Amino acid sequence: MDFTHDDEQQALGEAVRGLLARSYADFENRRRTVADEPGFDEKTWARLAEMGVLGLPFAEEYGGMGAGPVEVGVVAQELGRVLAPEPFLASVVLAGGVVAAAGTAQQKAAVLGDLASGASVLAFAHAEPGARWVPSAAGVTAAESADGWTLSGVKEPVPHGARADLLVVSAAVPGSGTGLFLVSPGATGLARDGYRTFDGGRAARVAFDATPAVPLGEAGTDRTSTVAGVLDGARIAACNEALGAMEVALSTTSGYLKTRKQFGVPLSTFQSLTFRAADMYVSLEMARSVTLWATMVLAAASDGGPDENREVADAASRAALQVSRAGRHIGQEAVQLHGGIAMTAEYSVGSYTSHLTALDHLLGDGGFHLARLAAAVGGHGEVDPLP
Amino acid sequence: MQLELSAEDAAFRDEMRAFFTTEVPEDIRDAVAGRRELTKEQVVRSQRTLNAAGIAVPHWPVEWGGRDWSALRRHIWHEEMQRACVPPPLAFNASMVGPVIATFGNREQKERFLAKTANLDIWWSQGFSEPDAGSDLASLRTTAVRDGDHYVINGQKTWTTLGQHGDWIFCLVRTDPTVKKQAGISFLLVDMTSPGVTVRPIELIDGGHEVNEVWFSDVRVPAENLVGEENKGWDYAKFLLGNERVGVAPVGATKRVLAQAKEWARSVPTGEGTTLLDDPLTAARVAELENQLLALELTALRVVANSADGKPHPASSVLKLRGTELQQAVSELVLDLAGPDSLASGAGDSSALADWARRSAPVYLNLRKASIYGGSNEVQRQIIARTILGL
Ligand SMILES: Cc1cc2nc3c(=O)[nH]c(=O)nc-3n(C[C@H](O)[C@H](O)[C@H](O)COP(=O)(O)OP(=O)(O)OC[C@H]3O[C@@H](n4cnc5c(N)ncnc54)[C@H](O)[C@@H]3O)c2cc1C
Repeated sequence: MDFTHDDEQQALGEAVRGLLARSYADFENRRRTVADEPGFDEKTWARLAEMGVLGLPFAEEYGGMGAGPVEVGVVAQELGRVLAPEPFLASVVLAGGVVAAAGTAQQKAAVLGDLASGASVLAFAHAEPGARWVPSAAGVTAAESADGWTLSGVKEPVPHGARADLLVVSAAVPGSGTGLFLVSPGATGLARDGYRTFDGGRAARVAFDATPAVPLGEAGTDRTSTVAGVLDGARIAACNEALGAMEVALSTTSGYLKTRKQFGVPLSTFQSLTFRAADMYVSLEMARSVTLWATMVLAAASDGGPDENREVADAASRAALQVSRAGRHIGQEAVQLHGGIAMTAEYSVGSYTSHLTALDHLLGDGGFHLARLAAAVGGHGEVDPLP
Repeated sequence: MQLELSAEDAAFRDEMRAFFTTEVPEDIRDAVAGRRELTKEQVVRSQRTLNAAGIAVPHWPVEWGGRDWSALRRHIWHEEMQRACVPPPLAFNASMVGPVIATFGNREQKERFLAKTANLDIWWSQGFSEPDAGSDLASLRTTAVRDGDHYVINGQKTWTTLGQHGDWIFCLVRTDPTVKKQAGISFLLVDMTSPGVTVRPIELIDGGHEVNEVWFSDVRVPAENLVGEENKGWDYAKFLLGNERVGVAPVGATKRVLAQAKEWARSVPTGEGTTLLDDPLTAARVAELENQLLALELTALRVVANSADGKPHPASSVLKLRGTELQQAVSELVLDLAGPDSLASGAGDSSALADWARRSAPVYLNLRKASIYGGSNEVQRQIIARTILGL
C-alpha cells in the first residue's frame, strides 16, 4: 500500500505543471483565454499533445502512452490547480474513453491517433434534456436503413460540443438499448449551438435530424454498461481535477488572510477566520484520501467483469460524494473569507468556486451519489477499503 | 399571546396583496419570478407605481411621504411585496440616504432631495466602501478638503452597486485626518455628473456587471451638500447601517423561491411517473429548509410585533445572518435541482433546457455576496456576541 506517486508520476506532474505555467501562471491569461473562442488555448492543447498527455490513457498501438488512471489523475490535478480550460476531461477521458472502450481496432487507431496527436478534438454527446447523469440514452434515437445509420434528437449540454472535430454520440437503438456512434461535424442535419458555461467552459446544444452516423464498434450491442464504466472513470478523474482546484483555493485563501489588513491587523489575527481555514484543510485532506483511494481502485480494475465494475462504481460514488461536499465547503468559504474581492471575475478565487460548482454538476453531484450509495447500504456490513 | 392578525391588520394585508398583484406591471413581476436582472427602467417604473400609491417609503416621516405604520404593518408591506414578485424600492434611496436626509439633513436638503428620492427621479449610489476599508469602514481614506464654499474630494470608492445608473452618490469622506478615525468622517452628497468623477465597471463571477469602482479626482462639491455636521458622518453611517441590516434578509422572497423550487422539482422526471420532488433526499432537504424559513419568519414577526419604539431589535442581526444563509441555501437547492442543466448558463433561447435551470448557477454564485455585504456575517456574529451576549 502506498498513497504517494512514484518518480515517474511525479515527473509527469512537474512537466505538466511547467507546461501549464507557460499559459496560466498569470491568472489574467486564463481569463482572457476563456473569454475568447474556442474557450481554450489551441497552442497549449498542441503542447499537451506533444508531451503525450492527450494519448495518456490509450494503448501505444493506437498512438497512446499506455498509462493508467493514476497518471490521468496526476494530469487532472495539475489542470485543476490552474483551472486550465483545455478539454482534457471532456475530450480525452470521456470521449476518448468511450472510443477506447467500444471502438473497433481500426476506429481506435484512427480516432485515438488523431486525438493523441492533437489533430482532432473529440466531444462526448451524451447528456439529454430531462436525463440526470444516467448511462443510457433515450432522447436521441438511432435508425438503420439501407444507406446506414442515422440519428435524430437533441443532446444538451455537450461539453465542447461546438468546437469538436468529431462527436461521439450515445443513442437509443430500437430493441438493443443504448448504442454509440461517431458523427462528423459536416454531417447533414447536424446543428450545434455553442455557448459559455458559468465557469468559463464551453458546452453546446447538439441537434440531429436524420444525421448520418457510423456505429462505434459493432452495431446492435447495448453499450449502457460501457458508458457507465467510462462515466465512473471520468468521475474519478474529475475528483482529481477538483482536488487540484481545492488545494489552490485553500492556499490562495490562507495567503490572503495573511496579507489582507483590516482594523490595522492581518485578517489572520482573527481566530474565527483561521479556524475556518483549518476546517477547509480538513475537508481537503478527507477528499484527497478518498480520491486517491478511488483512483487506485480504478487502476487495480483490469478484467472489466461485473464485480469489478460494481467496485469501481462504488469507489467513484464515494469519492464524488466526498469531493462534492468538500468542493462546496471550500468554494463557499474561500469566497466568504476573502470578502468582496472574491466576487470579482478579475481575482482568481471566485473562478475556483465557479469551476468546482461546474465540475460537481457535470457527472453527478453529491446528492446523486449519496442516493446511489444509500440504495446499496443493505448489501454490505462494514466498508473495507483494502482488497 | 395571540396568533391571528387583528381584523384591521388582516384587512391591511389583503389591501397590500391586492395592490401588489394587480397594480405593478406584469413584465416586472415576471422578471423577478424568472430570477432575471431587472433593467433600470423596470426598477424605476416599479418604484414609481408604489410611490404614486403612497407606499414606496412608508418608514419615512409622514411629512416626507411616510405612513406612520406600525412595525408589523411595515413588515406585512415588505413580505407581501416580495411574495408578489415586486422588487423592493431601491434600497440606496428608500432605506439608506432617504432616512439619513430626513433625520439629519436641513430643511433645504429635505425639500431638494426627498420627493425625488422617493420617486426615483434621482438614482442614488452608496459610496462607503474602499479597497482598504471594507469591514473596517472607519479607516476610509477618500478625503474632502474645504476650499471656500466647496469641498474638494480625492480618492476611490469601490463595490458601488449599480453605480452605472447613479445620478448622485452619498459618500463617507475624511474631513479631519488628525483625530481618531471615526471622528474625522463626514457625509457628503455628490452629483455623479461632476467633473472628476469616473465610474469603472467590475465584472463579477456570475459574469454580470452590478458593481463599480468610483474615482474622485479634485471633484468640487458645494458645501451645502454636507449632511448634518462636519465630522459627524460616522454617526449617520451607523444609523444607516442599522436600517440596512433590517431590510437585507428577504424572508418573503426566499419563501417564494422555495415554493417555486418545488414546482421546478416536480417538472424534472426521474423515472416512470416520478419526479425529483418524490426523491426522498430532495424532499427532506426542502422540508428542512421550509422549517428553517418558518423559524426565521416567526423570529421576524416576533421582532416586529414587539418593537414599538422604532429601534432595531437586537435580534435583527439574527435575521441578517440566518436570512442570508437561507437565501443562499435555497439558491443551492435550485442549482442542484437543475443538476447537469445548470451548466447551460450561457445558452440562448434555442436551448432545450429550462430557463430556471439555466439561471440557477449564476444566481447561486451571485448570492455568495449576501453574506459579505450589509455587514458581513462575521460582523453580525460579533454584534450578537458583544451586544447581546456581552462577550
Ligand atoms: C456585490 C457587492 C455589492 C456591494 N455594494 C456596495 C455598495 O453599493 N456600496 C458600498 O459602499 N459597499 C458595497 N459593498 C461592499 C461591502 O460592504 C464590503 O464588501 C463589506 O463591507 C466587506 O468588506 P471587504 O469586502 O473589504 O472584506 P474584508 O473586510 O476584507 O473582510 C474579509 C473577510 O474577513 C472577515 N472579517 C473582517 N474583519 C473581521 C473581524 N474583525 N473579525 C472576524 N472576521 C472579520 C469578513 O467578514 C470577511 O469574511 C458591496 C460588496 C459586494 C460583494
